[in-house]
Order: sequence, then structure tokens, then C-alpha cells
Amino acid sequence: MANGMSGVGITLVELESALITRMRSGSNGYYVAVLISGLLMLAGAVAGLYATVGGHHTVYNVTREIPWGVLISSYVFFVVTSTGLCLVSSIGHIFGSKTFMPIAKRAVFLAIVTLMSGFFVILAEIKVPIRMLIYNIISPNLTSSIWWMGTLYGLALGLMIMEFIFLMLGRYRSAVICGFIALVGEIAANSNLAGVFGLLNGREFWHGPYLPIFFIASAVMVGAGAIIFFQILAQKINGDEMTGAMRVCLAGARKVAILMICVILFMTIWRTVSTLAGMPNGQYVGVMAMLTGPYALSFWGGEILMTLLAPLVLFVLSRGTHVRMLLLASAMMVFGAFFMRYNMIIIGQTIPVYIDLNVTGYTELLHYFPSVDEIIVTLGGFGMTGFLFLLGEKFFNGHKVEEH
Amino acid sequence: MIRNMMKTMTQNEGVEALSGEERREFLKLGLKVTGVFAGGSLLSLVSVVEKVYATPNQYHEKYPYKPHYSMVLHVDRCVDCEKCIHACAKTNDIPAYGFRTNILERQIPDGIEQQVEFLPVLCNQCNVAQCARVCPTSATYKSSENGIVMMDVKKCIGCLSCQVACPYNARYFNEEKWAVDKCNFCFDTRLSKGEELTACADACPAGVRIFGDISEQTSRVYREVHQVSRTVWVLRPEAGTKPNVFYTRG
Repeated sequence: MANGMSGVGITLVELESALITRMRSGSNGYYVAVLISGLLMLAGAVAGLYATVGGHHTVYNVTREIPWGVLISSYVFFVVTSTGLCLVSSIGHIFGSKTFMPIAKRAVFLAIVTLMSGFFVILAEIKVPIRMLIYNIISPNLTSSIWWMGTLYGLALGLMIMEFIFLMLGRYRSAVICGFIALVGEIAANSNLAGVFGLLNGREFWHGPYLPIFFIASAVMVGAGAIIFFQILAQKINGDEMTGAMRVCLAGARKVAILMICVILFMTIWRTVSTLAGMPNGQYVGVMAMLTGPYALSFWGGEILMTLLAPLVLFVLSRGTHVRMLLLASAMMVFGAFFMRYNMIIIGQTIPVYIDLNVTGYTELLHYFPSVDEIIVTLGGFGMTGFLFLLGEKFFNGHKVEEH
Repeated sequence: MIRNMMKTMTQNEGVEALSGEERREFLKLGLKVTGVFAGGSLLSLVSVVEKVYATPNQYHEKYPYKPHYSMVLHVDRCVDCEKCIHACAKTNDIPAYGFRTNILERQIPDGIEQQVEFLPVLCNQCNVAQCARVCPTSATYKSSENGIVMMDVKKCIGCLSCQVACPYNARYFNEEKWAVDKCNFCFDTRLSKGEELTACADACPAGVRIFGDISEQTSRVYREVHQVSRTVWVLRPEAGTKPNVFYTRG
């Protein structure tokens, strides 16, 4: 049992005993964190169920003109993080780079957890989820980016669960096969998710090939940040010492994060400059809303400072060895990415479709701010990620990894 | 054709060697180009329909549906009496929080004789319907019989992607139906029962809304859209959806 559940031939009684011992080994802080995240998840589930049964219009602040609110942006946040975790972890356990080997199991587990959190929040956003389960299968529309996105993420989830089980059982060849197919599925799903927005001719703020490229690049960035963040937290939870291999791994993840922050900054700058230079109307209004309008704080504070600039400075200053700095930088990046998704999705809808007609009521940006119920569901998604991560650390014995 | 022309041109010093067929092709191309740039002048041999569809397209000679339902809106006749909105709501059981058709208002402070204009809007029954493309379960689809963008209510999962995709704000979620609702030219409530007009067109006292089969050359919608001297436009042509709702004045 030295490596998770890889010990074959273990009896159920021994397994139960081992699990109880592990679950009892947490500190007080650990149990408080489990309790808080569990309660958040529960509150989110109740809020989502309440909205679904009572009608979204009674508790959500979404409107006819802005039908997708914070829950869709939260969904995007979670599933893109999942893609990032899957991508960065694949460098080690699928493509064989020893640098990233130590985080393989944890990253796969977290990719599963974040994807499930994404499904958790979107389930509260779909108005008639029961029909989704039926008609997504018996009446698929193959021209729909949403259909492909949902199907591929569903497929990726199943494959990653199998991959994780194979990793636990020490069947690495099967794990690599499942992991590779899951990786392809995650990338394709991520592209289709971006396509949901990027293919809409009628929404100038989104339309074009920018978003699919931006989504995959930002996924890698957030994936690297998430690996650093959860790895450092996990070591604190488990009371593990930082091994040499883990130091090398975190240093590698830090390099990936720094590179991708620069890529995202580069993309953001050029998108802004090209919009200001050409002033394509729908896009210009949206970019100005971020630069100087009602989303300036969310853009400059959340997206630029918290997600990109501050982590960049901290990652560089940490030299890859200053653990607290690494933890702070990665935490800022991972949580800041939430604003990045929120800005992209909400602003795209606040620009009225009839803005060029100069008609009353549609000449300025529309207003949206999430309701209490929507915020609770969103927090429930975060709670779910935290809850499952915390349980996973004890349940799977710190996701210790053998080379494969 | 252009490639052949270029090839011929590079092989010959002059145009003497051009065949009669190639000369005709070249002249046709010239006429089309002239037609597009002349903005519907009488010299153009290209139908005005190409312009109202925003791009040269395959519907030049043939409309894809039979009947191909369409509407022409005479915006200068609209006085915002809202009888169309009320008739639509009554006929199609539209709840107070939703609408299938609406009237937008445009203030023109520096306008001469008129400082306000009303713009009726509804589903444009687009030939390239983004709503139908994005729907994951084909709950919304383009009817292959009459071109109307329909809803199969039982398949709607309420993801609202069609609402986001629609460039005309023509959709809303009907809480009673548990599905997105939209204008279907009153197909289920009137057309399928033998009526010839939509409720809004029937109710309009000013003759703003002209409804009919644009594939029928004797229909009023066909004659108005194809009338070369008339300026006809569509909303948001840049969205590339090829709408079947046209706007005009006069």
C-alpha cells in the first residue's frame, strides 16, 4: 500500500483500516477546510436545485438579452482549468518527461475534480437538464459546438477516471492509452467550447479565431498555476517534505506558467491594440468597457494584475524555490482567471445586438450582476473542487507516484 | 472562368484570340460587377435580391423553399400602435414577460419633418440560421418545407445558446412551455389552419407588414423585394444570416 491503492491482493478490511487511518491523520485546519468546502458544495447544490425547480427567472439575474451569466463563466473557468491540468500533467506521464512525473496522479485527479465542478455549475444553468440527458443522445446536432463540447468533455471525464484507476492499479500502459485519448478529447472539447463563442457572426466581441487560440493558451497557463498551487497545498496537508524531484517539477511548472503568462499578455495587448486601431464597433465597445468602462476593475484588477502581472513578478522573484511566493503567485493566477472568463463571457452579451441601429434602449451596454443564488452556486463549484481535493489527498494517500 | 481568361490573356498579345464564349463570360462578369457597385441601377442585370441578401448567393434564380415565407416591413408606415404585438401575444399565447415581435424606436433629433422612427422586429427566419446551427439537440430547426425556423419544444434543454446566437434578439425562454419560444410566422396557429396572413400582418392597420411567399413571382413580397427602384435592406447583414425579413420605405 505504499503507493495509493496499488497494492494488489489487499483485503477489504485492510483497505478500510488504511482509509480510516488516513482520514484521521488530518490537522484541525484540514477538517475545518473540509467542513467549509463541503458546506459550500451543499449550499451550491441546494441553490441550484431551488433555481431549477422554482424557475431560473425567479432567482437568477440573467435576462433575455444576457441569458448566460456567472454560471456559464464559472463553467468555462472550471473546464478550461481541467484542460490545463490535463495538458500540463500529460507532459510527464504521457509524453515521458521525468520533470513532470511527480505530479501526474494529482493532476489527473484534479482534472477530474475541476471538470466535475464545471458540470456541477452548468447543471444549475441548464433549464431542463432531464431533456439534455435524453435528447443529447437521441437527437444530436452535429453542427453544434455545444453538443461537441459537452460530449467530448463527458468522454474525457470517463477516460480520465479510467486513467486514474489504472494509475492506482499500477497498470501504466492502459493509463497512458486512456490518458492520451482523454487529452485529445480535452483539447478538442476546449476548442469547441471556444467555438461556442468564436463562431457567432452576430457577436463581434467574440467572433473569430482568437478565442480558440486564447482558450487553449490560457488553459496551459492556468493548468501550470493550478499544479503549483495544489501541489504546495497538498504538501502542507500531508506534512510532506519537498523532495528534490518535486522541486524540479515545480520549477518546470513555474517556467511553463511564466512562458504562458507572456503569451497571454502578448495576445491581450494585440487584441486591444487592433481593436483600438480599427474600432470594429461591437468589439470596440466591449474593449472600451474593459479599459475604461464598468468592467475596468474586473479587467485591470482581476485579469491583468491578479492573473497576469502579479503572478509573473512573483514567479520570477521566487526563482522557483521560494515556496510561499510560488503559492501566492499560483493562487492569484488560478483565482484571477475567474475574472478573465467572466469578462469574456458577460461583456460579449452586454453589447446589444442592435447597437448599430441607434434604437432606444440598445445604444449602451446592458447591465448584469449575478444574484445571490447564482453566487452561491458558483461558490458551490469552488467548494466541490476544494472538498474533493482535500478528501482525495487523504483517500489516495497524497497521490504518490512511481515512474512509468 | 477567370483563371481561363488569365491563361488566355497571358498566352496572347491581344484579345483577338478570345473565343465568343469567353467574351460573353467576360461581359457577364463585368455586368455583375457593375450591378453590385451601381447599387441597384437599372443598368444592372443582377437581381436586387443579391444585395438584400448581403452577399452574392445561390438564391439568385431560385428560392430554396416552396412556399418560401417572407415578410417586407414598411418602416415609414409604422406609428407604434402595437396592435401587431397584442395580436401576436393573443394568437400565440405569449406571456407578459416575453415577446415574439417588438417595435424598436429610433430618435432622430436632427431629422427633417420627423424626429422619430419605429422599427418593427421579429425572427428573421434566416436562411443561415445561427440558432439552428448551435442548438445541441436540434430543438430548433429550419423547416425544409417552408423555410420557417421552428421549435420542437420537447427537445429544448434550455441551454439558451440559440438566444445568444441570434443576432436579432428574437428569442426568449417561455417558463410555461419549459422551452425557448420564437416567431414561426404563426405557422401552428394560423398558416397551418388555412389563414394566409400572420396575426401581426393581419392586425396592422397601416399595412406595415407585408407577408407572403417570396418564391411566387405574383406575390407582393416578391414584387417589392425585386422592384429595382425600391431600396430594400435587411437588419445586420454583416451577421451573414441571409434573413427573410426585409425592410423598405414607401
